[in-house]
Parts: sequence; structure tokens; C-alpha cells
Amino acid sequence: MEAVALGHGNRIEKEMEKRRKTIRPINERIAKLREESVSTEVRISSERARLITEFYKKDMARGKSIPVQRAMAFKYLMENVSLPVEEGQLIVGIRGTGVNEVPTYPEINVHTLEDLEVLDKRENMPYRVDDETKKLYEEEVIPFWKGRAMRDIIFENLPQEWIDAYEAGVWTEFMEQRAPGHTAGGERIFKMGIRDIKSEIRKMMESLSPEDAEYYEKMEELKAMDIVADAIVIYAHRYADKLQRMAEEEEDSQRKAELQRMAEICQWVPEHAPRDFWEALQHYWFIHVGVTYETNPWDSFNPGRIDQNLYPFYERDLKEGKLTREKAKELLQAFWLKFNNQPAVPKVGVTAEESFTYNDFSKLNVGGLKIDGSDGVNELSYLILEVLDEMRTLQPNTAVLISDRNPDRFLIEALKVVGPGFGEPPLFNYDELVVRMLRQGKSLEDARTSGVSGCVESGAFGKEAYILTGYFNLPKILEITLNNGIDPRTGKKIGLETGDPREFKDFEDLWNAFVKQVRYFLDIKMKGNDMIEALYAKYLPVPFLSLWIEDCVKNAKDYNAGGARYNTQYIQVVGLGTLTDSFVSLRYNVYDRKYFKIDAVLEALKRNFVGYEIMRQRFLNRTPKFGNDDDYADEIAKRIVDLMVELIESYPPSPIRKASKRAYFLPTTAHVYFGKVTGATPDGRVAGYPVSEGISPVQGMDRKGIAAVFRSVVKCDWAKTGGALLNQKLTGDLLENEENIKKLADLIRNFFRWGGHHVQFNVVSSEVLKEAQERPPEFQDLMVRVAGYSDYFVNLPKGLQDEIIKRTEHEEV
Amino acid sequence: MKIEGLIFDIKRYAIHDGPGIRTTVFMKGCPLRCWWCHNPEGQILGFEIMYLEYKCIHCHTCEQVCPENAIYFDEDEMQHFNRNKCTYCSICTDNCPTGALEFVGRKISVDELLEEVERDITLYDSSGGGVTFSGGEPLMQPIFLRESLKKLKERYIHTALDTSGYASWDVLKSVMDYVDIFLYDLKLYDDYEHKLYTGVSNKIIKGNLMNLVQSGRGKDVILRMAVIPGITDTERNIEGWKSFIQKLRDVEEIDLLPYHDVSEKFRRLGKEYKMKVHESPESEKMEEIKEKFEEIGLRVKIGG
Repeated sequence: MEAVALGHGNRIEKEMEKRRKTIRPINERIAKLREESVSTEVRISSERARLITEFYKKDMARGKSIPVQRAMAFKYLMENVSLPVEEGQLIVGIRGTGVNEVPTYPEINVHTLEDLEVLDKRENMPYRVDDETKKLYEEEVIPFWKGRAMRDIIFENLPQEWIDAYEAGVWTEFMEQRAPGHTAGGERIFKMGIRDIKSEIRKMMESLSPEDAEYYEKMEELKAMDIVADAIVIYAHRYADKLQRMAEEEEDSQRKAELQRMAEICQWVPEHAPRDFWEALQHYWFIHVGVTYETNPWDSFNPGRIDQNLYPFYERDLKEGKLTREKAKELLQAFWLKFNNQPAVPKVGVTAEESFTYNDFSKLNVGGLKIDGSDGVNELSYLILEVLDEMRTLQPNTAVLISDRNPDRFLIEALKVVGPGFGEPPLFNYDELVVRMLRQGKSLEDARTSGVSGCVESGAFGKEAYILTGYFNLPKILEITLNNGIDPRTGKKIGLETGDPREFKDFEDLWNAFVKQVRYFLDIKMKGNDMIEALYAKYLPVPFLSLWIEDCVKNAKDYNAGGARYNTQYIQVVGLGTLTDSFVSLRYNVYDRKYFKIDAVLEALKRNFVGYEIMRQRFLNRTPKFGNDDDYADEIAKRIVDLMVELIESYPPSPIRKASKRAYFLPTTAHVYFGKVTGATPDGRVAGYPVSEGISPVQGMDRKGIAAVFRSVVKCDWAKTGGALLNQKLTGDLLENEENIKKLADLIRNFFRWGGHHVQFNVVSSEVLKEAQERPPEFQDLMVRVAGYSDYFVNLPKGLQDEIIKRTEHEEV
Repeated sequence: MKIEGLIFDIKRYAIHDGPGIRTTVFMKGCPLRCWWCHNPEGQILGFEIMYLEYKCIHCHTCEQVCPENAIYFDEDEMQHFNRNKCTYCSICTDNCPTGALEFVGRKISVDELLEEVERDITLYDSSGGGVTFSGGEPLMQPIFLRESLKKLKERYIHTALDTSGYASWDVLKSVMDYVDIFLYDLKLYDDYEHKLYTGVSNKIIKGNLMNLVQSGRGKDVILRMAVIPGITDTERNIEGWKSFIQKLRDVEEIDLLPYHDVSEKFRRLGKEYKMKVHESPESEKMEEIKEKFEEIGLRVKIGG
């Protein structure tokens, strides 16, 4: 409780001050690097587009197989890209020509001149494009890649019914502008140097026999892997040379010594496995840069369970007196900024709508279990929480994995970092994550080394290709069902004729029609998924990423062709809350209580409730809602989750990667886009307004507090899904003192015991957000939780800003 | 016979009403009429109707459906509600589309109450929390209260009673054995002032507190004092209570609750808000009072 009555302006100032105060880089060097990182304008760097176009145009790999061509192109990049070094940095390598200079990937998606213009000029989240780049695109890049880029190939091959549903906003397609990825590094990265991998490749080549029907494909893939392995060493050695020269010219003796040490490190890793903490960070970073130069994979890449992976180095260095906790923190903070210096690749069109952010979703995991099932929390877990607390940059993201076997202290320290209100870190139920991995057929060891990447996706780190294929708009499908297969926005028939709702006898008739409609659309989407997967397997192998994900080398198979130990395809279901409340409203108001006739409701929806305000208010205020521990409503949510899991898992594994099909509940920013294309819904939502996000109740409809939300949510069986994003608002007093934090920790422990998967918090007053909308320049640094990531509030599109304000508002006292 | 109680709210994840994570049951009816009452909807032991103007869309549904013609809107679209005519038939609240008219008060059986509060039983288990009865004055419904407390204790659930202490000792004694912790409210030490600001004498309140302590329950009492600027925060009042508390064996803790303006709530119920002060006490003032109570060896918490 706030004892002092403060004026409005004063309160806002105090809240902002509390946030700003937590940012405290460890020293001047890091402070400068941080400042550079957060204040440098984001621009498009044309270098990669130029080099890749040059390579393919000159036909430098004539007659080679596609994997070898791709590998040679990668090598060409590694030999020629520029080698920026941020002043004072301790880790080198940037994807791009400098801080926040973002390359493009014309072989995947070739931006049009109009795209570049939009990126350059748009008010929110621009990517500056200079004239030289525009010229290069006009003269070289566009003429060469148009029709050759993956995006063009994909759209050329997709059937009309797929395109119709896509254009109506029934789904989005993840792979239209960005390559598959969605994976995290595992232990392999930190234990293997390029030499070790090359000897694995050699052994595989020797063991291959022409009797194998796939001999040629496998051999070509291995050749490609061998080429990219050499390429990354070339890149590292180029840096070593550069650092050596810089050291020679450096006058400051301390920096000179540092540069020399950095040169030595680059001479050693990634060619060899790292020997100490600093080398391990640099080693990983070279691989990260390699993966993100090779393609523009979703969720970039990430070092996975970082406290587990780095701990052996940390412990040994500390024991040998090579490292102090302070020095380790400085290195981690320097490492932190490397992520932030690489904003997401420029997305356009629907892809920008579904993921409108500079955040590229690298997610560092801490906590959880060790491979033997014991408590995984170590000193580095705490150190990384401190770094997160003190850095407060947009990237990287984190995930705090909570097992019943972790000590309370870990959860409490994590909640203290949540306190100032940046939205990080999110909390995950690790014990349930292990269960879900086991359900999917992973070994116990692989389950216990799994984690969370991207937003809230679960995966066997370093061993699984779990590809997100697109968001799926459930409220839109209800709209189409209520219109007997027609999309009322366009008048076009894009769904099945499942009957006129006026003829339905009861709620079950309506439900059955909806189920038929969902299956119809899933059939189309799944066919598209399998086709796109085949195209990527054929045209866009990723030999470099394949080096690091088990068992690609062992299987002599590319990551994009099913080389990983586990393969999964996810459909990201959006709008659970809106759909639940819509079904509940129809059931309650039309079929059970008979307050309104279906005729009147359909008419009201058609007219966007104009002239039907009393009806709309009843739907909003006098109808049971999901998220209030009311079984009448929650039972429908459970039915929907069960339905989606059952339907999606009923499809056979994909033909190429043999990927199992799974359901996953995450919106990123797609709920805003889906809201725009979906008309009024029976829960009282007006046309165009965002649908609900993740598995959260509809914005503002959870009226009974956080414990009731948790109770509602756990009625659904999340262990059957790939993940489920839950946003919750907290008032400041819940995190105010140690006692309240402990109580909150207890609540979260219980939520996880009951079967919750994830929860993240916004601790920000709607007052501050409204003020920020009014005067954005003064709130440039105001970060809030969006979906599975945080973002600067003022960078968000207006619709999303309004939606977040709605989420954080409380009923008046 | 089914025993029923009249409540106005059940609040889950209550973290200010006793130890651990709790569910607080707000009961209707209170013999006191404190000027600053934070829960005025708990005062009357009977149904009430609350009007939340900010939710009203002026659709006039209530005006049309009220069988007693107790509600009308004037030319300026102001709603007028003649509470004397109201029979609490709930037709208006049932038909109000926005919930601007809210029915306050719900009859609940002991079993229904148990079903609701048991939903959070694992939260109580792990946090050392439980169920708190607040209000209103829970002791105004002694049979329901006693039966509920008894059933909770049979289920090993920790119980707390937030009370003004204004009830006969027999009533308090009848529930005492089923209460783990008493949150005992102190207001004004001076009896005249107590009558002025709360409407009742404090003799029974002081007497019951003494009796509780003499029954050996002093260690289970947490005193609570609302810090009301110019009323309970005076030197005289604090010193008066200090001298009284010193006589109470085993009582170890007092929680200080800062005043908040709740005039809006009074307005919604059609009640007069007598308080002239609208600001909460300064945090310095809270600290100052905290120190004073610490002088006599009490553990003092601000906010409870």
C-alpha cells in the first residue's frame, strides 16, 4: 500500500525513476557499450545482400550440389564480410557491418523498393535505408533474386485455397520471409571445437557406402558441412589478425593486453573447444554469428541452458584464480550487449504484423534440473539474474526455469528482478516441461537438458528442430462458422458450408460445425506446411546450423531435411480467451438462458453491435468469462485446448523431416493482426479490436484476481501442448517487500504444481502507459511485456499499446 | 436446518489479512458506523444496491423495469434512486447490462462457503495461510461464523477473525476455540470520541480484549489500528492505547493501516461520507507512530 498520497505527475515520475534506477552496468566500459547499443539507430546493411548476390551471379559454384553451393556461399561471406569491433568490447563478431546494422537475406525474401521505403520511413520501428542500398537493390539484388527467392518459390507452389485463407487472416506463415530455426544450442556447442566436428564428418564420409540409396545426398551434405566448418575458422582467424594489429597500435597498456588476449582466443576458438570462461563466450558467439549469417532463422539462435553450459568453465577458472566473480560479470555484460547489437531482421507485410519488434528472441535459460535430475541452480544462475537486472536491454531474453527441486531463494531473486517492471524474466514450470518432453518421446536425459526458446516454446536443446509454422486464428474460424463458410469481411466463401446457425438445435450443433470448420482449415494448413518444409529441405539447407544440432552430422542430414534427433512442427493457436468467451456467451445467452435469439446475435455481429449496445454490454458484463475460476466458462477453454491438441496431433508426421505435429499457444503480436481482420465476436468484442493473447483471459475480463486466473488456466492440460503463454498484471504492492514477494513465490509454486506452464508479469501502471502515449519522447526507455518478450512501449503500434493498457488496468476501487 | 450467512465478497490471494496467503470472507452487518469505514457495504445486515456511475451507459433499463418506480433519470441524465422505495427484488440489477447497478449481499450456506474457500487449500498449506473472516463485523452472525470456523478447523485450515470486538463476551467466547488468530481493531481510546466517530462505546471492546488475554489467547492477538489523520493519530490517542496495551500480557504485534479516502464507495451506496480529510497520512507520520508503539516492545507493521 502506498502510504503517501502523491499527485498524478509525481506518481508517474516516481515509477519511472524506480525503473531507471535499476540500470547499473558494472563499470564505465560496459556503460559506454550499453549506451552505444541502445542509442544507435537501426539500419539496413547491404553488405550481405551484395556478397551473396555477387557469389550466385558469378556462378562461383557452378555444377555443385545445392548444399555445397550454400556452403561455398557461406564461406564467401566469412572470407569477405567486414569485421567491426565495438570500442572496448571483450567479445568480437557481429552479424552485419556494425552495431544495429542489420543484413538482409535476398535468397529467402527479396525486399522490394517499396518495402525498403516503408522500412525507412515508418514511424514505429524503422530500419534506415541509405540511397546506396536502394540503388544496389534496384540494380543488382532485385533483378537477380526476384522469382528465385524462397518466398517467391513458396507462394508459387501454394494452392489457391491456402492463399485465400492466408489473405483472410485465418493464419500466418512463418517461413515466408524467414528460415526455420527455432532451436537452441545444447551441450555440444560448449564441448566441441571445429576440429572435433571435422573429424566426425570425416569418419561419417568414410563409413558411407554407395549401397546406401541416399549416398549422394548424404555425401554432398557432409561436404557442405566440412566447407562451412572451415569457413567459421577463417572468420575467427581474420578477427585474430585484426585484433593483433589493433593491439600493436593500441597505446593504453591495459587495453593492449586485452586485445592481445582476444586475438589469442580467436586463434583458438572455434577451431578448438573452449578451455575457459572467456573462450566459451567467444566460442559461442562465433557460432551465433555464423548461424545468423547463414540464414535469418526465427528466434536467431541461443546458447540454451547457459548456467549449466558455462558453469564448468566458471568453476574451474575461479578455482585456478583465472577469474573473479566481478570479471565474470563484466564478461557476461559484454556478452549481453552482443545480442542487443543484433536487432531482428527487417520483416514486412503479414510477418511484420505477427512479429512487430526489433527483438530477435534469443532466450538465455537459467535454473531447472541437471541431467541427473538434481537441482540445476548454481552460482551462475544468480549471476545471470543480476546481469539481467543491471543491463535491462531489449535483448537477450531470459527464461527462469523453476523446478520443485530448486531452492526458494532462486524464485525469490527472480521475482525481485521482475519488481521494477520491465517484464523480464518470465517464469517456467520445469517439472511440467520435462513431462511434456517425455510425452513427446524424448529420452529422460534429453528431457532434462531441454528448455524454452523463442517466446515460450519447449524443446530438447541442441537436439531438436521444432519449427513454428504460423499463427492460427481461432476467433476468425468461429466467425466463418457463424457465416456458414463465408468470410463476412470480403463476402468470399473460403470455408466449408457447415450449416446456417439459425437451424442449429443446440450448442452442440454449433460446436460440431466449428470442429468441422477447424479441421477443414487445418487440412489446408498442414498440406502447406509439409510442402514448405520440402522446399526448404531442397533449396535452403543449413549446413552450418547442422554442425551444432545433434544428430545432423551422425545422420549426414541437414537440419532442414530432418537431420536432428527430434523433429516437430508447431501450429501456434491464437485467441483462446476470445474464442472461449464467445462460445460461453452463445451458450449462456442464446441456448441456456435464452436471453437473445441467435438471429438477433448474428444481426448484431453483422452490424458490429451498432444499435445493439445493451446486448453488447450484457455480453461483456453479465456473462460468465474465462479466467475467473468459473467452471461454466473454463470448461469451454478446456474443450478447445483438448480439441486443438487432438486435431493437430491426428495428422501424420511430415514426409521429409518426419516431424510430429503439435499445438502451441502463443501470439507474439499476431493477436493484434488477427483482431484487425476479425469482425465483432459474441463475447462483446468489436470488429478490429485485438483478440486475446496467449492463453490469457480476454483483456480486462479477469475480475477475480490472479489466484482465480491461475485456477482457471490449470483446468486445461498444458502438458499436451508445446507451450502456453500467460500474461498477468501485478500491482506494485504485491512485489513491495520481502514478505509479499515470498507470498507471490508461494503462489507461483502452487500454480506450477497445479500444472501451469508459464507466467510473466507486467508491473506498470496504466497511468504511466497513457502518459507515454501522450509524450513518447520522455518515455523512450519504457519497456513492457508484450508476448514472450519485452519491448519499448513507444515503439509498439497504437493498437497494441491500447491493448496493453487494457491488460494492465484494474477495476476501480 | 441449513445455516446461512450473509456476505458481500470473498477475496482470494488476500495477503494483508493475516499470515500467509489467505482467502478473506467479507460478512455483512456491523454495529459500528466509523466515519472512515473502508468497507461501508459491510455495515448493514441486509441487501443493498450499489450504483457505479462510471459504468452506466444511461440506457434507462433500470428505470423501465423497476416495479416500485424507485429509479428515474432526470433531464441531465442523472440517475436518482429512491432507496426507501426499494424492496431489493434485484430486477434492476439483473437487467442492468453493464453492472453499473450491483446487488450487494449474497446468502451462502456453510457448505457452499467451504466449497469456495477450499479451492485454494494448497495455497494455505504451503504459505501458512488460511481463511480470514472480516466485514462488517463477523460476530454479528455468530451461528454461521461458529459453524464455518468449526468446519474449517476440522479440515486443518488456519482461521483468522478480523473484529471490532464489539459483541457480547458470550458470542466471542463461543467462537474463540475455532479461531487461530484475532485481528483486533483499535480505534479511539477515549470513550466519548469513540462514540462520536464510531457510534458506540469502547467499553465492551476493551473488556473483550482483556477477557481474551485472560483466557490465555493474548499471543494470538494482532492489534490493528487505522491511522486516521486528526482522529486516531493524535498524541493523546496513541499514548492512551499504549498505556492500555502495556497491561495486555502476551500481545506482541500491532499493524498500522493508513487511511484511504473511500468517499466514492459511500456515494455509490447512497451514504453520507462524514470525513473531511481526503489525504492518506504521510509515510513520516506512519513511521513516527510505529516508533511510539515500538517503545513498549511491540512488533509494528505498516500495512498489516
